[in-house]
Amino acid sequence: MAELAAKSDPTEAMIASLTLPNATWAKPAREGALARLRQSGLPTRRDEYWKYTRPDTLTQVTAPEAEVLVTDEAPMFDGTDRLKIVFVDGVFDAEASDDLSLEGISIERLADAQSDLHWAKSLYGVLEERGQTPVSRPLAALNTAFATDGVLIHVKGKTSKPVNLIYRHETNTSDAILHNCVKLEPGAEMTLLENGPAAARFNKVLEVDVADTASFHHVRAQGRDHERRAVTHIFARLGAQSAFRSFTMTVNGQLTRNDCVIEITGDDALAHVAGACVGDGDFHHDDTVFITHDALNGESRQVFKKVLRNGATGVFQGKILVKAGAQKTDGYQISQSLLLDDDSQFLAKPELEIYADDVACSHGSTSGAIDEDAMFYLRSRGVSEGEATDLLTLAFLAEAVEEIAQEDLREDINARMGAWLQRHRS
Amino acid sequence: MLSIKNLAVKLEDEDKQILKGVDLEIEAGNVHAIMGPNGSGKSTLSYVLSGKGGYEVTDGSAELEGVDLLDMEPEERAAAGLFLAFQYPVEIPGVGNMTFLRTAVNAQRKARGEEEMSAAEFLKVVRTRAKELKIDADMLKRPVNMGFSGGEKKRNEILQMAMLEPKMCILDETDSGLDVDAMKLVAEGVNALRSEGRGFLVITHYQRLLDHIKPDVVHIMADGRIIKTGGPELALEVENNGYADILAEVA
Repeated sequence: MAELAAKSDPTEAMIASLTLPNATWAKPAREGALARLRQSGLPTRRDEYWKYTRPDTLTQVTAPEAEVLVTDEAPMFDGTDRLKIVFVDGVFDAEASDDLSLEGISIERLADAQSDLHWAKSLYGVLEERGQTPVSRPLAALNTAFATDGVLIHVKGKTSKPVNLIYRHETNTSDAILHNCVKLEPGAEMTLLENGPAAARFNKVLEVDVADTASFHHVRAQGRDHERRAVTHIFARLGAQSAFRSFTMTVNGQLTRNDCVIEITGDDALAHVAGACVGDGDFHHDDTVFITHDALNGESRQVFKKVLRNGATGVFQGKILVKAGAQKTDGYQISQSLLLDDDSQFLAKPELEIYADDVACSHGSTSGAIDEDAMFYLRSRGVSEGEATDLLTLAFLAEAVEEIAQEDLREDINARMGAWLQRHRS
Repeated sequence: MLSIKNLAVKLEDEDKQILKGVDLEIEAGNVHAIMGPNGSGKSTLSYVLSGKGGYEVTDGSAELEGVDLLDMEPEERAAAGLFLAFQYPVEIPGVGNMTFLRTAVNAQRKARGEEEMSAAEFLKVVRTRAKELKIDADMLKRPVNMGFSGGEKKRNEILQMAMLEPKMCILDETDSGLDVDAMKLVAEGVNALRSEGRGFLVITHYQRLLDHIKPDVVHIMADGRIIKTGGPELALEVENNGYADILAEVA
């Protein structure tokens, strides 16, 4: 009977294929998440929230294979002094990783965290659960229930260097589920770097609790392997006078869905989320952002730029929700695509929902081609058509990239996108 | 240097003939000026020579030092030594002025098979040239022409010209939108570049620019043709009497 149900129900089939880790402190969280997953069921094309992105390959039991890209390109963030933590196809690689000790910060692997009274008990799955309303996010619940590993980072002061989670992809069939938690105490500061293709299929959740006056910087680069598929969620809660800044670069990828759910709960907090992506052919990239203002004088920015060519698809679903009483909110949202040919498409659904009367919220969404006048101006100065296209494309992406505060990281990101453009010239 | 023969041009998308057989020979070391009423085809001539899209050459030829210009891409024409100072310089958000200048200089050098300019050398040259044109460091750092005043934009055109050292310079209404002081500054920049090996074609509505950039030859253009050619005194005649007399005389 149970088997029959499993066959007819993709959610049960998926659950049956996975193993609930033998968890101690996280057991209630994992079981709760499993119940949430059962209740909402895995997403299908009929779900409004998945209207523009087919979830099939993310919800089928076996991950579609993805060829591993072999490249001699220097690793991301190579020029930046950082603490490296390496996962290969979702499995922690102790040899490739640095010693997990750094001043002002405690870092632990999720798989190692066995004490019954773990600090992460108040965070693991908690923000994910809060993020399930008003829209359910079943793939995040699945992650909380079944994540095999990840890191738990507790930041008590100012960290001396960034922590870099590196996700290597080495086998064509890998299917990885990782869950990371970051808790910043009042006044604490950290920069989290993430990079790499991770696996043939990757489901990742990052929960970030930013206490009052704390500051979190996040720069992410989703690796170049083209056939890979990924669904990622960021859940963040922001205290008073705190700051949250997250930037994601995506180059290639047959399917990337990046959800970002931010709740501003303390006054005078700031949340900036930005993304720049470049894609070719059957590239499909979806940024889905939901920012809730539930405090006074909050500032939020969403800046998303997509460069699409040869039939690539970009999706943006962005929402700003200003709750009653969240006066003096300053919300800004821009999503833009640069379509390098007629075959590519950009689908955008910007939303504002405002219940306070003294707020400034603006949003804009555009699709366009390279500006012909700028193109002629550059060419008339001797710049070739290809180089001029690259220059203007990087200029288009600049507003998103400029959201990265650290110059070395910004330059690294720009260089990668410049190199991608050169490789993909028509 | 620049040899234009019977050049006829229409708009690509509509059946409208703009140039109806232009003949023009500019020798190295000389400054030619073209004046003419609005809509006579002066700017079109500059665009067609530099390779802007949207025009169709129906007859005639244009050569720079014996090389056919009309067959080349805009960037090839630039590398061959042609430069157009735009009437309306384009603003390019997100592209730094310095990056733009350096990319352009090195792209042309590369196209000509020359060595690229090093960052240090480039910086030294650009600072010297910018100073001569009273272009400050802030203008060099900003995105191309973004937030520049009309005068700053035109000075930026001349800076590009000075950096690229073209053989043949076309100035399309470089005086438009400039006050007297700004015009002097731009004219000084242009005069500093006058040399034996370089030709200039100055397109203008007004004689006053020609007080500062003294032309060797002045042409009057009307209805897609050059209808009269003379010395600097021709510009004065236009200034005093307008185009009516000349147009009547030709008709």
